[in-house]
Amino acid sequence: MMARTCLLVVLAAVSLQAQVSFDRVLHGEREPQNWLSYSGTLFNQRFSPLTQITPANAKNLQLQWVWQARSLEKFEATALVVDGVLYTVQAPNDVVALDAVTGRVFWTYSHQPAPDARTCCGRVNRGLAILGDTLFMGTIDAHLLAIDAKSGGLIWDTTVASSSQRYSITHSPLVVKDKVIVGTAGGDMGIRGIVAAFDAKTGKEVWRFYTIPAPGEPGNESWSGNSWMTGGAGVWNAGAYDPETNLTFWGTGNPAPDWDGRTRLGDNLYSDSVVALDADTGTLKWHYQFTPHDELDYDSTQVPVLADITFRGQPRKVMLWANRNGLMYVLDRVTGEFLLGKPYVKVNWMNGFDHKGRPKRVPGKVPTPEGTLIQPHVHGATNWAPPSFSPKTGLFYVAHWENTGTIVTEGLSPRPVGVNTRQTTMGQVNLQQFFNNDEEAYGVVRAYDPNTLDPKWEYRMNDITWGGVLTTAGDVVFSGGKEGYFFALDARTGELLWKASVGGQVNAGPMSYSVGGRQYVTIAAGSSLFAYALPQTQ
Amino acid sequence: MRRSSAAIILVAIGLHAAGTSLSAQHATAFDIEDGGRAFRNTCANCHGPDGDQIAGIDLGRGQFRRPLTDQELVGIIRKGIPNTPMPATNVSEAQAVKIVAYLRSAAESRKSVAVAGDAPRGKMIFDGKGDCSTCHRVNGVGSRQGPDLSRVGQLRRTIELEQSLLDPAAEVLPANRFYHVTTKDGVAVTGRLLNHDTFTVQILDAKEQLRSFVKTDLKDYGFAPTPMPSYKGRLNPQETADVVSYLVSLKGRTNP
Repeated sequence: MMARTCLLVVLAAVSLQAQVSFDRVLHGEREPQNWLSYSGTLFNQRFSPLTQITPANAKNLQLQWVWQARSLEKFEATALVVDGVLYTVQAPNDVVALDAVTGRVFWTYSHQPAPDARTCCGRVNRGLAILGDTLFMGTIDAHLLAIDAKSGGLIWDTTVASSSQRYSITHSPLVVKDKVIVGTAGGDMGIRGIVAAFDAKTGKEVWRFYTIPAPGEPGNESWSGNSWMTGGAGVWNAGAYDPETNLTFWGTGNPAPDWDGRTRLGDNLYSDSVVALDADTGTLKWHYQFTPHDELDYDSTQVPVLADITFRGQPRKVMLWANRNGLMYVLDRVTGEFLLGKPYVKVNWMNGFDHKGRPKRVPGKVPTPEGTLIQPHVHGATNWAPPSFSPKTGLFYVAHWENTGTIVTEGLSPRPVGVNTRQTTMGQVNLQQFFNNDEEAYGVVRAYDPNTLDPKWEYRMNDITWGGVLTTAGDVVFSGGKEGYFFALDARTGELLWKASVGGQVNAGPMSYSVGGRQYVTIAAGSSLFAYALPQTQ
Repeated sequence: MRRSSAAIILVAIGLHAAGTSLSAQHATAFDIEDGGRAFRNTCANCHGPDGDQIAGIDLGRGQFRRPLTDQELVGIIRKGIPNTPMPATNVSEAQAVKIVAYLRSAAESRKSVAVAGDAPRGKMIFDGKGDCSTCHRVNGVGSRQGPDLSRVGQLRRTIELEQSLLDPAAEVLPANRFYHVTTKDGVAVTGRLLNHDTFTVQILDAKEQLRSFVKTDLKDYGFAPTPMPSYKGRLNPQETADVVSYLVSLKGRTNP
């Protein structure tokens, strides 16, 4: 033990911890050693430029440290790393600063959510944002907090919306210039979704965009009666930002009530959509609705992934989107134009798109009194777990479910078919024995070509997955799943390179950083955070 | 409001010093310390750390709305006062006796604070002659080296603040301790101790950098004396009282 301990001897704060300017956040790729936002950069590619870990040496990865949260909630956060200091969230809303080399704690800030705070699917948090010396966290009682990154002291605490009205915040905030942008969850409980921007210095609100238009605003006519008032369309996953157009992109959740559209006739804009907002004013510039008049709970709260690619021979600024509804999309992120869409799992609720990219519904594939088989499952082909795009391979990497379906009955919660019925909603912390058969669902990590949305390779798991995906410039893909393994794949072939049994479900996305020239990769699993690296050379 | 209704509020009648103090006379120092802890856990949410946040009552100075014996106070702590915000609690008789002993002891020690302070003057001294922001931070302004004082008026009693000014080394809270390390190549670093264990130590150094060291990398390491200077003789009694009043006034920032 002593010998191993000595191997850990590294001075953590090798580089000075300078203020994190917005320019640094915007160009996170220029600082491979750091991880400055939820998915690494504001393009959400979850791609690390680090190259020390490769397909050739990944088999040598070793556990460096474990940090155990004092929480039995799912650990869904992706950490930030700034110059040797790692910041993460202990669910529901404690911020922790750790030494990124040893995993030892610098400080902890604890927020006590209001007793009336309610979330649909666990008292979870997915991460932080940073600007200057200030960390930002949304809370399950719908507050936005600013916390001193050096001391862990509270700087300001702003109420974004009322927790007594079932608003909550579970995702990582987005820093854009001098503002912090967050959205509110609670779509299953009859909120009216919000995206709002706050002054990073003072916490004062700068703008607010409702994801459901008010009477007199375009789109309100897509809701019958007063259904718009409690129509849901929550926002509960990270947004993206494109500096060239100054647009910020957010995915919105399902309309409410979830499985019964009889009281909310119409398309129900802007539920199940991506909205592109002017980052300075919150003005809607364009939207694309993935699932009009959703009665199948197909939240479109996936992380928008932005990429500059050659698409059909032309350079194109696109947005890649693997949706819960079983369809994968390529959109033009400047105009919102639908470029390509395709099922990536079994889909039976639609059978094509019109020329504008609107899905063609299959008659009868809606909730009925006697129940209807719908594919994919209510939790979708994928859900909230963050995917990855590697500019090096040009492939889009998604962890998702295969072989799923749901019996949907009007007004009732859906009944799964072809899925391990022991699973609970939105994942668990601990491992459970799993005995599947060929009829049941299973998880995969697949690499897709954005030009065709065809898979290039697949890595298959026995059980389903709630894990995210990380790619690196070393051509390694990291992911994990419900079975409690964290693993490395070859980014070009999908070959399994290495695995570690982490003893709890992976409900988060991996990330990578380096300190003192040594590359680390972390994953949250169960209630703990694990850090791996290659052995140190003596 | 939730906090107000959840804790003990001593509501009595008349403003007067308390009566005889049998508990305090027989209490040990440990009893008084235990009583202080129980007071902070059970009573301070409503009464404040100094026991003076309810109008007409100053528990820390033995001022109630009518004279109360120790036994009467014990009864109020345990059973509350009907038809008032002061609720009954699950505090045991022994704990209540210790709380009373603590309050009596605090009232005795307060007699040394004779000069009334002026908070605005105290702020001027804090920012000027005292040079306090070189080490301390208030509402986002100043250094992080020393404790952040933005809410110190909610957290510490007047007597403790006065003692920290005049005799800072007498009692240093664990969260405010300093630590020094010297690396094997001779670099000395001193900072506020954030955490340490058998193998590592974490500090906030003088440049406000979060630093973590592995002890086997160090030539020496250990606790350092508090860098907080004594203001005894540097501030006169009136100036000391002014600064204490200013610190007492620091209750945190209002949210936007």
